[in-house]
Amino acid sequence: MSDLHQWGVAELAAAIADKKTSSVEAAQALLARARQHQNLGAYLSFNEDLTLAQAKAADARIAAGERGPLLGVPLAHKDIFVTQGFPSTAGSKMLQGYQSPFDATVVANLAKAGAVTLGKLNCDEFAMGGSNENSAYFVARNPWDTARVPGGSSGGSAVAVAARLAPAVTGTDTGGSIRQPASFCNVTGIKPTYGRCSRYGMIAFASSLDQAGPMARSAADCATLLTAMAGPDIDRDSTSLDHPAEDYSRLLGSPREGASAAQPLKGLRIGLPKEFFGEGCAPDVLAAVRGALAEYEKLGATLVDISLPRTELSIPVYYIIAPAEASSNLSRFDGVKFGHRAAQYEDLLDMYKKSRSEGFGPEVQRRIMIGTYVLSHGYYDAYYLKAQQIRRLIAQDFQDAFAQCDVIAGPAAPTTAWKIGDKTDDPVANYLADIFTLPASLAGLPGMSVPAGFGAGHLPVGLQLIGNYFQEAALLQTAHAFQQTTDWHFQSPEGF
Amino acid sequence: MSDKKKASLLVQGYEVVIGFETHAQLATQSKIFSRAPTAFGAEPNTQACAVDLALPGTLPVMNREAVACAIRLGLALGSHIAEQSVFARKNYFYPDLPKGYQISQFEIPVVQGGEVSFYLGDEKKSVRLVRAHLEEDAGKSLHEDFHGLSGIDLNRAGTPLLEIVTEPDIRSSAEAVAYAKELHKIVTWIGICDGNMQEGSFRCDANVSVRKPGEPLGTRREIKNLNSFKFMQQAIDYEVRWQIEQIEDGLAIQQATVLFDPDTGETRAMRTKEDAADYRYFPDPDLPPLVIERSWVDEVKASMPELPRQMAERLVADYGLPEYDATTLTQSPAMAAYFETAAKASGQPKMASNWIMGEVSRRLNNEEKDIAQAPVNAATLAALLKRISDGTVSNNAGKQVMDALWAGEGQDVDAVIEAKGLRQMNDAGALETIIDEVMAANAPMVEQFRAGKDKAFNALVGLVMKASKGKANPQQVNDVLRQKLG
Repeated sequence: MSDLHQWGVAELAAAIADKKTSSVEAAQALLARARQHQNLGAYLSFNEDLTLAQAKAADARIAAGERGPLLGVPLAHKDIFVTQGFPSTAGSKMLQGYQSPFDATVVANLAKAGAVTLGKLNCDEFAMGGSNENSAYFVARNPWDTARVPGGSSGGSAVAVAARLAPAVTGTDTGGSIRQPASFCNVTGIKPTYGRCSRYGMIAFASSLDQAGPMARSAADCATLLTAMAGPDIDRDSTSLDHPAEDYSRLLGSPREGASAAQPLKGLRIGLPKEFFGEGCAPDVLAAVRGALAEYEKLGATLVDISLPRTELSIPVYYIIAPAEASSNLSRFDGVKFGHRAAQYEDLLDMYKKSRSEGFGPEVQRRIMIGTYVLSHGYYDAYYLKAQQIRRLIAQDFQDAFAQCDVIAGPAAPTTAWKIGDKTDDPVANYLADIFTLPASLAGLPGMSVPAGFGAGHLPVGLQLIGNYFQEAALLQTAHAFQQTTDWHFQSPEGF
Repeated sequence: MSDKKKASLLVQGYEVVIGFETHAQLATQSKIFSRAPTAFGAEPNTQACAVDLALPGTLPVMNREAVACAIRLGLALGSHIAEQSVFARKNYFYPDLPKGYQISQFEIPVVQGGEVSFYLGDEKKSVRLVRAHLEEDAGKSLHEDFHGLSGIDLNRAGTPLLEIVTEPDIRSSAEAVAYAKELHKIVTWIGICDGNMQEGSFRCDANVSVRKPGEPLGTRREIKNLNSFKFMQQAIDYEVRWQIEQIEDGLAIQQATVLFDPDTGETRAMRTKEDAADYRYFPDPDLPPLVIERSWVDEVKASMPELPRQMAERLVADYGLPEYDATTLTQSPAMAAYFETAAKASGQPKMASNWIMGEVSRRLNNEEKDIAQAPVNAATLAALLKRISDGTVSNNAGKQVMDALWAGEGQDVDAVIEAKGLRQMNDAGALETIIDEVMAANAPMVEQFRAGKDKAFNALVGLVMKASKGKANPQQVNDVLRQKLG
C-alpha cells in the first residue's frame, strides 16, 4: 500500500472497510510520511502510541461490523483545538507542552465517528496571521514552492493536505484562516455558518468570528468531515446554534432542482461582487477565477453582477473587533495557573509583564495592544462601537446581495502565495491580504475555497464561494459539481 | 418630613448621604457559568472545573437558576425585568481572577429600578434601586501559610452574585442598617440567598458622603465589604465623623475605596481614584444577550411566596394586629408561619403575638436559636394560650407551663398543668374559705380598706393568691373579695 497517502477520505475509508488496508496500516504509513516531510513544517507534534491505539480501536469497530465514512480514517488537527494526549499549544510558546484535560467538541465528534488523530498541525500563533510565519515554533512551507508561505493561519493544515501528509484535516477560520491557505495550497476548505461547529475546546482568538471547518482534497471529503464535526453543543458553547445536525453530503452529485445531469447547476445565480474583481486583485488570480466561472456557466449557472459596497471597510472593522476580543481572551495567559511563567520576577506585576512578554510573539502582542487601545475609556465609542455598527451594515449588504443571487463567488485571496519573509516587516500589508475573506467572516456566513487553477509560477488559485446562512450543503453541492468536471483539486505539487 | 425632624438627622450641621451596593450570593446548586458546585467550605480548588479555571478552550454557559433568582428579586422589589440584558467583560488582572476578566452586566442589567420599603421606628422609608445585575464572583487569594508566597483558591470563582445598587437615598447610619436588614430579609425570604454574612453570602458596600443641606452631593468614599450590621453602623458613623472633620479642617475629600477595621473602629483608604483601573468593558462575545420572555417571568411569579410587606399588611387586616407586631412577626417566613398557626389554633391572635414576641423570642435569643429550632411548636403554644384564655391557668402559671414545655418536661399542655399542679382554682366555695381565712387573719388590713385605703385591697388580693398557691383566678378573687368587703 505504498500509494495509500494519495487517497482521499472516501477512498481510504472504503479501503479500510473492505479490509484492503487497516486503520493501523494507514496511520503508520501516514505518520512515516509526515515525519519524512517534516521539513515542510506541517506538524507540531505526534503521539504515535496514542495514534496507533486509536487506529487499533477503529479496526476493532470495523471487525465488529461497524461501518462509517470516517471509521479508521487518520486525520490531523490544527493546534488550536485542545486534544488530550497531545500538547495543545495554539502555535505559541505561551502554551508549550500544555496538556488539556479534555478534548475540543470538534475533536471529540470526529473521534466518535472513528477518525484517528495523526498529530497536531502548525499554525500562526493563536491563529493570528495569514502566512504561518507567526508560529512560535517554525514556519510551514508551501509544497508548491517551498520558498513560499502556505498561507495562514491554518497553514500547517493546508500543507498537510497538499503534500498528502493527511487525507483531510481540521482548520479554524476567524478572518479567512481556512479559505486563504486552502487557496494558496490547492486545497478545498469550508468555514461553515458561525455557530455551526462548537467552539468549545478551540483556543479562542476572536470569539464572535472563530469557526472550525474541514480542509481536504475535495468538496465531498469536506462534506463528510463537516457532517461529523458540526452540530449543536449548547451545554458547552452559548454561541453554538441550536439546530439539529445535518448531512452535508445530501445534495452532492444530484442536480439542482429543475436542472439536468448535463447542466446540474441550471438556475443557479452566481453573484460576482464588483469589489472583488477590481485593481486590488492580481491579474493571474483574476484570470484563473474567470476561467472557473466560465466552467460554472457551462454547468448551467448564470453570472450576475452584484456589489458589496463596504468590502474595503471590512479591513478596519475586522482589525478593531478581532484584536479587541483577542486582548480580553488572551488575558487568561498570565503565568498564574497554566502556560508560561517567567523564571524570575520581582513582584506580581513584573511576573505578568515578563511572562506575557516572553510567552507571546510580536504579532500577538501587537494585536493585544491594538485591542486594549480600542476598548479603552474614551476610545470605545469611536472604535469598537463604530466597528460593530459597520459590521451590521456589512452583514446587511450580503442580505441585499442574496436577493439577486444564490451564491457569491470571487477570489479567495488577491494574490497567490508570497515568498517567506516578504511581508514579515509590514503587518499592514498582511492585513490587506485578507480583504476578500473578511466580509463573510464579519457577517458570519459560510464560505469556502475551491481549487480553480494556477497563476504565475504555477501557484494555486482558489475560487471563493460564499453562501447565505445554513447554506453549507448547497455550497458543497456547487463546489462538488465543479469538481466533477475539473481536475484542479486532484493536482498535487511535484514530488508529493 | 418636617423641618424639625430633618434638622435632627443632621450631624454637626451636615447631611449624610449614603448609597448601597450589595453583593448577594445566589443560592444556586451550581455556578453561574459552569456546572461546578457552589457549596461553601470545601478543600481549596476542589469545586472548580475547567471553566472556572479558565482553561484554554472553555466557554461560559448561563445557569438558568441564577436568572430565576434575579427575576424573583425584581418581582419582590417592583423592578422592571429587562426582556433583554447584556453580559459584559470587566477586564483586569488579578491572580484569583482566572480569565483576566469578570463576566458582569454593565450597560443593560437584568433588573432595573424598584424600591425597598421599611420602617425606621414608626416612620416608613423607601430607598430606590438603580439596578441589580448578575455577575460571577472571583476566587480567593490566601496569603497565610505559604511562606511569602500566595495561594489561590478558585472554589468561589464563578459563584453567582446579584449586585444590588441603590440611589443615594439613605440619610443616616441607622437608616442604612434598617435598609440592609430589610434587603437581607427579602433576599432570604424569597430564597435567593442564604444571607450568611460571615461566609460572605451578603456583602454590603456603602458609598458615604456629607454635605451642608441644599448643597450639591459631596465627594464619596466607598466602604467595602461590610459583613455585619453592627460594623456597618460603626463604620458609617466613623466615616461620617472623619469626613466632617476633614471638611471642617479645610481639607478636600478624595474619592477613595476604604476598609473598616473592627479592631480599631476606623476606616482606612485602600486605593484612591487615581489608581482606578480602566476596566475596558465590552459585551461578552461568548454570551448572547440574556432574553427573558414574559412567560418565564409569569412562571417565576407563580412560585413566589407572599412577601413580608404584603404579609404584614394582611396580618394587620386579618388579625387586627398593630403595625409594630405585624412587622416584627414577618422577620422570616418561619416566624410568620409560627404566628399564623398559633393565632388560628388558639383563636387569640394578639395574645399569640405577645407571647411570640415576648416569651418565645426571649428564650430563642437566650439560646441563640432560630424559630425553626424552637422546642415548643406553634400548635403547643396555641394549646397553652387556650388554657390561659379559658381560665384553666393564669398568665403567670402559663409562663411556668412554658418553662416546662421548653425544657422538654412533657409535650402535652394539659398533662404539664396537672403534673405541676398549676390549674387555677375555679371552685367558688374553696376560694371563699381561703378569703375568709385571709380576712380573719388580717383584720387590721380589712379595717384600713374600709377606712378608705384602696392600697390595702391589692395587698389582700396578693395574700389570697399566695394562700391559694397561685391557683386562684385573680379576677374571681377580686370579685369575691370586693363583695365580702362590701
